[in-house]
Amino acid sequence: MTIKKSIQLTKCKKYDRLQIISIPDGVHRSQLIRFGIIEGDIIMCMENLLGGTVVIKKGRQEIAIGSKLANKIIVTKV
Amino acid sequence: MNNNINHFEHHKHVEKTSIITDSKNQKLVLVGNPNVGKSVIFNFLSGIYVDVSNYPGTTIEVTKGRYLNYDVYDTPGIYGVSSFNDEEKVARDIILEADIIINIVDSVHLERDLFLTQQLIDMGKKLIVVLNFMDEAKKNNIKIDIDKLSELLGVPIIPAIAIKKEGLTELLHALTKATCGKQDPQLHAQLHHMLNLVGSQAEALLALEGDEYIIKKHGIKINNLRESIYIERRNRVNKILNQVIDEALLSKQISSLLGRWTINPITGIPILIIILYLAYIFIGKLVAQDLVSFTESYFGNQLWETWIRSTISQIIPEESFIGHILIGEFGILTMTITYLFFLLLPLVFTFYITLSFLEDTGYLPRLATLVDRIMNFLGLNGRAIIPLILGFGCVSAATITTRLLSNEKEKTIATAILQFAIPCSAQLAVIAALLMGAGFKALLIYVFVILIVLIAIGTILNKILKGDSEPLLINLPPLRFPQLNNVLQKTMIKTFAFMKEATPWFFFGAAIIGIMQVTGLLDIWQKLLSPLTQYWLKLPTQAATAFVMGLVRRDFGAAGLYELSMNPMQTVVALITITLFVPCITSILIMYKERGWKVASLIWIGTWISSFIIGGIVAQIII
Repeated sequence: MTIKKSIQLTKCKKYDRLQIISIPDGVHRSQLIRFGIIEGDIIMCMENLLGGTVVIKKGRQEIAIGSKLANKIIVTKV
Repeated sequence: MNNNINHFEHHKHVEKTSIITDSKNQKLVLVGNPNVGKSVIFNFLSGIYVDVSNYPGTTIEVTKGRYLNYDVYDTPGIYGVSSFNDEEKVARDIILEADIIINIVDSVHLERDLFLTQQLIDMGKKLIVVLNFMDEAKKNNIKIDIDKLSELLGVPIIPAIAIKKEGLTELLHALTKATCGKQDPQLHAQLHHMLNLVGSQAEALLALEGDEYIIKKHGIKINNLRESIYIERRNRVNKILNQVIDEALLSKQISSLLGRWTINPITGIPILIIILYLAYIFIGKLVAQDLVSFTESYFGNQLWETWIRSTISQIIPEESFIGHILIGEFGILTMTITYLFFLLLPLVFTFYITLSFLEDTGYLPRLATLVDRIMNFLGLNGRAIIPLILGFGCVSAATITTRLLSNEKEKTIATAILQFAIPCSAQLAVIAALLMGAGFKALLIYVFVILIVLIAIGTILNKILKGDSEPLLINLPPLRFPQLNNVLQKTMIKTFAFMKEATPWFFFGAAIIGIMQVTGLLDIWQKLLSPLTQYWLKLPTQAATAFVMGLVRRDFGAAGLYELSMNPMQTVVALITITLFVPCITSILIMYKERGWKVASLIWIGTWISSFIIGGIVAQIII
C-alpha cells in the first residue's frame, strides 16, 4: 500500500477528488459537521480561486472556505 | 421504547421576549436551513396579516402571523440550533418556546438539512417535517423513501412543492399529528441527567452541546460534549440517509453551470457587472430619472404643494413664522411631503425590491465567495460584502448587521467603511437622480473617488488595527428564480418599516431648517461656511444648507442639493462631499451604541474632516 501525501486544502486543484484528513477545532469545525463534512469524507474541489478561497462539493452541497481555514484543513488526493 | 422525555417538560426558566406573546394559542414555529422555502409556507399559513418586528437587540426580523388557533412564527434560516450568530440566537429563543415545529427541509440537500431535523428531535419538540422541492428532487433523479424516512425519524413527513402549493393542504391536516421523534438511546440517557438541572429537554440538549447562553442562564458547570454529540448526530443522519436514498445516484450530480460561473472571477466579474448594470438601468434610469422626476415635479410640486399652499394660506399667512415653517421654502407640509412621498418612497421601494430579488436568488453567498480574497485586503472576509450591500439599503441597519462579522477588528473596519463611503438607498437614489442629470463623466468621477476612499479606509485600518480576520465559511445555495410574490411582500414590509422610521426625522429636520431660515441663522451659517463652500469646494453658498440637512439625515442632505442649480462638475463635488460627510443621526446613535464612544467619535470627526478635504481636492482638480 502506498502512503498518500497529505496536503493543505489550498494546494488542491480544480476537480481533484480529496479525502479529509483533519479539520482544526473550533466553531468552524462544528459548522462543517452540521454541513455534513468530517474527517474521512470524500469531497471534490470545485474551484480554487486566486488567493486561496476554495469551493468544495460533497453530494450536491457546495461550500466556500476562505484561505485561512482552507490552509488548516489537511486532505489527501484519492 | 418511548424516547421522549415528557415527565415534566416545562418552560418556566425561559425568559419571555417581547415578540413571543403570552397568548393561550399554541405556538407553531417554522424552522429550516436558509433558502428552503420557509416564507412561502409561512405566507400560505398566515395570509397577509402579519406582524414584523426586529428581534430585540438585533436586526433580525421575526414575522408572526395567525392560522386558526395557532400563533405562527417564521424564524431566520439556520443550520443548527446554538449561539454561533444572531440568526441562531433568535431562532433558538423562539424554538425553545415552540409547541409545534414545522421543519422545512430541501429534498435535494437532505444530507445537510436533516442535521437540524435530528437536533430538533433531540430537543424533544413536537415536529412535522415538510420535504420541500420534491419537483427538483425528481428532476435530479433523487428517490426518497418517505415512509421509511418517517419511520426512522419517528415524525410525520409531508412531501411538498411549496411554490405550487402542492402538499400544503396535507400539511394543514397533519398539524395535530406532530410527534416527538426518535433519539439516540445514549443521548437520551445523558439528557435525563441534565433535565434535572435545567428543567426542559430542549435546554438540556443545548446545555450538553455547550451553548454558552443556556449554561450561563442556569449557572451550571458541565463538560462541553458538542463535538461528540455532533459527530454522533452526523453519523445517525448519514445512516438514515443510506436507508432512504439511493446512494449510487449521489455522485452523478453536477451543480448548475451558472452557479459555478458566478464564483470564478473570469466569468463571475462580468456577471456581477451585468447585474449591477441591470440594477442601474432599473433603479438609476427607469425609476430615479424617469419616474421620480414625474412624481416629484407633477404630483409633488404641481399638485400637492399648490393645493396645500392655497389651503393653508387661507388660515395662516405664508409670511408668518408658522406659515414659513409649514408651507415655506423648507415647509414641513410642502417640501418635506414631496421629498418623502414623491421622491423617497418610489426610490426606496425600488431599492428594496432589487435587494429582495437578489437575496432570494441565492446569489449573495456566491458574491461573498467571489470577493472573499479582495475583502481580505481590507481586513474583512467575503461575508462582509453582505452588510456593505445592505448599507446601500440603510446604513443604520447595516451597522447593526456588522454583528454577523466575527471579531472587533472586522466590525470596526466594516462600520467605518459604511459610515464613510456607503451612501444609503435613499441618499444613493437622490445621488443617482442627480448624477443622471450630470452625465456619464460625472458618474465615473464620483464612483472612482468613492471607491478609492473605501479602499483607503479598509487598507489603512487593516494595517493599524491589531488582530486577524476570520476565514470565510459559507454554504452556497442553488441559484433559483425568486417567487415574485415573496419578493413583493418582503419589499412592502421593508419599505413600510423604512418610511415609518424616516418620516419623523424628515419633519424634525425640516422644522430645524425652517426655524434657522426665519431666525436668520441659516444666512449666518451659510456665510460662515462660505469660504469652504465657495472657494474650497467651489459650490454655491446655499450648498451649506444641504450640509445642515445632511446632519439630520443623509438622504435629506442629498435631497437638499436637488433644488440647487449647479453645473455637472459642481454636482459631482457636492455629491462626493455629502456622501463622505457625517452619517445621519440614527446611524451615528447606532454607531455609538455598537462601537463605543471612542471609536465612534473618531469615525464621526473623521467624516467631517475627510469629506471637506477630499471634496475640496476633487473641486480644485475638476472645476
